[in-house]
Amino acid sequence: MSEEKNNNQAEKENLSRRKFLRNSGIAVGGLAVGGVLGSVIPWNADTAEDTQQQQEETKNFNQALMYFNQAEFRTIEAATERIFPQDDNGPGARELGVAYYIDHQLAGAYGFNARDYMQPPFFHGEKEQGYQGRLNRREIYRIGIREMQNYSHQNYDTGFTELSEEDQDKVLTDFADEKVNITTISPGNFFQLMRSMTLEGVYSDPLYGGNKDMDGWKMRDYPGNQMNYTDIIEGEFKEIPPNSLRDHM
Amino acid sequence: MVKTLPKTDVVIVGVGWAGGIIASELTKQGLNVVGLEKGRERETEDYYMVHDELRYALRYELMQDLSKDTLTFRGNEKIRALPMRQYGSFLLGDGLGGAGVHWNGQTFRFLPYDFEIRSKTIERYGKNKIPADMTLQDWGITYDELEPYYDKFEKMAGISGEENPLGGKRSDKYPTPPMKHSPQMRMFKKATEKLKYHPYTVPSANLSEAYENPDGISRAACQYCAFCERFGCEYGAKADPVVTVIPVAKQTGKFDLRTHSWVRRILHKDGKATGVRYTDVTTGEEIEQPADTVVVTSYVFNNVKLLLNSKIGKPYDPSTGKGVVGKNYAYQVVKGSAVGYFEDEKFNNFAGAGALGMVIDDFNGDNFDHSDVDFLHGGYLALTQTGQRPIQNNPIPKESPTWGKEFKQNSLKYINKTLSVSAMGASLPFKQHYLDLDPVYKDTFGDPVIRMTYDFKDQDRHLAQFTAKKAEGILKEMGADKIDTMKELGPYNITTYQSTHNTGGVIMGDDPNTSAVNNYSQMWDMDNLFVVGASSFPHNSGYNPTDTVGALAYRAAEGVIKYQKSGGILA
Repeated sequence: MSEEKNNNQAEKENLSRRKFLRNSGIAVGGLAVGGVLGSVIPWNADTAEDTQQQQEETKNFNQALMYFNQAEFRTIEAATERIFPQDDNGPGARELGVAYYIDHQLAGAYGFNARDYMQPPFFHGEKEQGYQGRLNRREIYRIGIREMQNYSHQNYDTGFTELSEEDQDKVLTDFADEKVNITTISPGNFFQLMRSMTLEGVYSDPLYGGNKDMDGWKMRDYPGNQMNYTDIIEGEFKEIPPNSLRDHM
Repeated sequence: MVKTLPKTDVVIVGVGWAGGIIASELTKQGLNVVGLEKGRERETEDYYMVHDELRYALRYELMQDLSKDTLTFRGNEKIRALPMRQYGSFLLGDGLGGAGVHWNGQTFRFLPYDFEIRSKTIERYGKNKIPADMTLQDWGITYDELEPYYDKFEKMAGISGEENPLGGKRSDKYPTPPMKHSPQMRMFKKATEKLKYHPYTVPSANLSEAYENPDGISRAACQYCAFCERFGCEYGAKADPVVTVIPVAKQTGKFDLRTHSWVRRILHKDGKATGVRYTDVTTGEEIEQPADTVVVTSYVFNNVKLLLNSKIGKPYDPSTGKGVVGKNYAYQVVKGSAVGYFEDEKFNNFAGAGALGMVIDDFNGDNFDHSDVDFLHGGYLALTQTGQRPIQNNPIPKESPTWGKEFKQNSLKYINKTLSVSAMGASLPFKQHYLDLDPVYKDTFGDPVIRMTYDFKDQDRHLAQFTAKKAEGILKEMGADKIDTMKELGPYNITTYQSTHNTGGVIMGDDPNTSAVNNYSQMWDMDNLFVVGASSFPHNSGYNPTDTVGALAYRAAEGVIKYQKSGGILA
């Protein structure tokens, strides 16, 4: 528990350091940002950051939990950050709000497999026949997270969130490669579900709680919700500042 | 208690492209038509928030709710069929307009070869070229006979295109000019011309310019917004039944459209259909709608399901090859493709339209000599620019990590630096591939769901390897620095999306012993029942199916009108 607190603390400090750098103006405007600073502030900063800064200071009421408990949330936050880590290109899953996105999805129709065929009888099938289990996604997550913790304790004597990034990657790889022995769920399918939902959280419209400030889209020059591309379709590559569905209300 | 309603001239089951076309043609002729649609009403205003990849592309907003009805699948008869519990390989449309709402709009005619595939194959290569268990059949109609109906569909929908240099003869040009050409399309054109192929612009139902059709319906031009497949069009630029034929039918005052009406049985007595029984899904009420003529125009699987659950037609038996309902299920072989990585280029891959692209038919149908290849037919090869939305499109070199630091770097780097050349491989029928009723799994009303028995064969594996190799050659000519080419097709897998081009099960032909419907889509065994859609394809060609579905629907509409006047089996 204390280590989790330490992690949180470190994260807060990290965040405030970044805030400081942005607030101080070092990262703003036409100033060349190189060397050490460049790697700390991994995205292309511009004057728009000022307004973003103000938004960040308003409370984001969306960032609270609908399904996970705190420990589960932190585990998913750590795991998804390894799947889509922060790097020189820009923020990772944690900063983009992916864990909140997953939490919110599991609380709704997708978590309950509401639009899937879930009628019995259940049989093990061929790989080509797809998922044949009786558990819904929220149950799979709850079991999967617990098994990730168990596996970490068995092999590294500590919980998943306290592991080094390298060891976290090893645990995730063992899940992905089905090297973990679990009878209730398929560790590989759980990993794939986590991976696909990570990408959803990175790249879906910010309306769903991830892709914070459209930073997921910005990293790949994706313009989001645009009404038309008639003028550019015949031409060379064009960078277009993104819009979200909110801009269309 | 079943409520019985007053009799109507014609009742239509499923209001998508086929149902919408037939409703508009029949009501224009003064017939009273009831249209029963399982899903909800749809309108263009629904799509104001349509640029939402998660909701539409990954949560299947426009698709059938699988918790209520699905199908089961097995690779062969020795395996236990299990339900498709989640979407993957194909998507079932739902609601008014059906799959005609969420399509891309690629509107190809089949080749003259397709309609006489058995005769023409034997003529050129001899009987032994056709594998013993391949149930290849002529369609009972020729390209020339179907041509006027293609023309009718294309003018109604406003198809934008230019003549296919290797296609069947056209009676008229496309009603609107081809779509714009992006830089990557120009690269494909240049490369394929250099290779002495015959490129042309993909015929598109996303309008290249504003258009008014012969019914007086006006639509706006496509905005290249990149949200077509799996999405509805917020501009009404993409032709779909809701913005073309359905309003025409409604305007006559003769079309009684009832949504939320789930048809469970075709009623019949003494070899004639008497109407249908359906459930109002909002109230649970059971309702009978009597009619002179019944027209079944739902999706492929439901067309077969309704016939079998209603005990109409002889069910197909794979052990004897006898019977017709459920026969010749076929699909599409799309995996024989290649991806090219262009290190020094950057493309607007985020922009596009569902039917934006360049295509060649040099390796489609029998446009090339098959003497030295071990498969029949072929497929088109195309570069399409349908808009690469970010959740579903993260191209990375084969064998590179699929998550973590390297994955992130690669996917961000290559997203606007990759181009694909993809194949639309034909799918030919086999004795062992069929649809019947599942003995175990039921839909929400307790009716048996459809069971699909299907796998790829050597025909498909060889075809896919062939098209992949050709795709690779084109990308090389386009200047790709690195190319990932499909090597092995593998078994058919229902979990990965391939295409929603499911065909067969109620196939057409000129012999009641080997086909279920004639070339008006009229049931041989029940002359006042018409079953229309891709279910009537005896095989699937190397093209997207909608143009042919539309043409057959116009032909069927003519058949129903004739039948209402004179009765009997139409010749």
